[in-house]
Amino acid sequence: MAETVIEARELTRTFGAFTAVDRISFAVAEGEIFGFLGANGAGKTTAIRMLIGLLRPSSGQGIVAGFDVARDPEAVKRQIGYMSQKFSLYADLTVAENIRLYGGIYGLSNAELKAKSADLIERLDLGHARDERVARLPLGWRQKLAFAVALLHEPRIVFLDEPTGGVDPITRRQFWDSIYQAAASGVTLFVTTHYMDEAEYCDRISIMVDGRIAALGEPAALKREQGADSIDEIFVRLARPALAGS
Amino acid sequence: MASISVEGLAKSFGRVPALLPTSFEVAPGEVFGLIGPDGAGKTTLMRLLVSLLLPDAGSARVDGLDVVKDFRELRRRVGYMPGRFSLYQDLSVRENLDFFATIFGASVAENRGLVDDLYLQLEPFEKRRAGALSGGMKQKLALCCALIHRPRVLFLDEPTTGIDAVSRRELWEMLGRLRAAGITLLVSTPYMDEASRCDRVALIEGGRILAIERPGDLAARYRYPLLAVEGGPRIALLEALRSLPQARSVYPFGSTIHFTDQRLGADPAALAAELVGALEGRGLEGLGAQPIEAGIEDVFMALAVDTRQAGEAHHG
Repeated sequence: MAETVIEARELTRTFGAFTAVDRISFAVAEGEIFGFLGANGAGKTTAIRMLIGLLRPSSGQGIVAGFDVARDPEAVKRQIGYMSQKFSLYADLTVAENIRLYGGIYGLSNAELKAKSADLIERLDLGHARDERVARLPLGWRQKLAFAVALLHEPRIVFLDEPTGGVDPITRRQFWDSIYQAAASGVTLFVTTHYMDEAEYCDRISIMVDGRIAALGEPAALKREQGADSIDEIFVRLARPALAGS
Repeated sequence: MASISVEGLAKSFGRVPALLPTSFEVAPGEVFGLIGPDGAGKTTLMRLLVSLLLPDAGSARVDGLDVVKDFRELRRRVGYMPGRFSLYQDLSVRENLDFFATIFGASVAENRGLVDDLYLQLEPFEKRRAGALSGGMKQKLALCCALIHRPRVLFLDEPTTGIDAVSRRELWEMLGRLRAAGITLLVSTPYMDEASRCDRVALIEGGRILAIERPGDLAARYRYPLLAVEGGPRIALLEALRSLPQARSVYPFGSTIHFTDQRLGADPAALAAELVGALEGRGLEGLGAQPIEAGIEDVFMALAVDTRQAGEAHHG
């Protein structure tokens, strides 16, 4: 059984009288691809902000990569990487500059940075584009680079925010290939997305509704249990029961 | 008469072609989807059709009006909801509605009927600043503003991007009601699964339309036998499938893998049995493979690969 790297125990956050996250509990194993879904306003963002050490829980506990998110948020931040389709790299910096910037932020030494940067550029086959501004790279390359940069400091967990939104279906699948490889090497992937078919690629998913986790399990098992053809159908049923019939 | 007719329309930005010469027609009252990834040329095409860009070549008519010569009258007859939220964030919901109505010489009261469903949902937030609305509510307000002058043709650029699955469904239901009211709709989206909401769709990539079909006819565009394979360790299975000589394409598809066999016309059930046997020969036991009908993403990828290869052959 793989080690647990993310654990929420009755994790709760209130803002005044409003409970944004209401006693959620779940565990994610090392090397797992975990999809974290929910409607706008369901409490997803608040939950993630607690898990990455940006927001203090009101009660309950979050343990990420062995550190308590309330007691040791800075240690948590060092153990995680982040990539979003919308924003990850600085478009006006070159490939090499982006790698250097992120490496520096995560505290890599100059020697480490030099070695890793050369290795990464070679591995991604970006040698010819080293001094090219990121804005000029095709979307597929930009995405591969962003993912590699998120892995630069060898985090145990990478948070992916709509990682393949808006990209063409072929590039999208190439990206899932690299996600699977990262997972096989022991990195845990925590995916948030509005793309319900993106959720189908995850090992397990959870769906948040009104601050609570309304469903949790393997996509195929959830579909079987709920007698649904797609995650989209389950999502709509849970998030807005009145609409489900239509 | 077609509601939208496009002939050889093309546009470049500097040396970058955003839209290659494109032709198609949309019938009155049709919901026509432009489906493709970011950078495919969807926004360029839409902006050409609402007279916000001038074409380099070709021509287009919307509701019988030329998009270049008749742009003043055209703008009165079309509604356009851009991809980026483009309302006045510092004005309230009500102020935005009144503002857009006034520009078109209309009033909210006289066009209430068309936007009644949306308006009822927005009414509780009438005094709220548009910038402070949730994503789904912003979209509803933007749609309301785009409809306030009763356009005959409505252009929606990625109306469902970034909103959750519930809001997406609500929006498509609203579009269905507009269609029933006789409005022609041109809708762009990167979400391939939304094709089923359209009467016809154009698949677009790299400034080029790959195909125009009714959603139900898309599967027929896929010529090769297609199998869904499941079970087993994911990476090992992908590698094994890609190493098979009969593999035409191998793509992860959610929890399954779609395997296309390059033997045109072969019996898919026999190919599935053969595939399971070949995988067992490589030590991958307990797998399932079954013939499936191609979905829109399968078709899109196959057409995109064909088109890219044809382009390379042409240039090479």
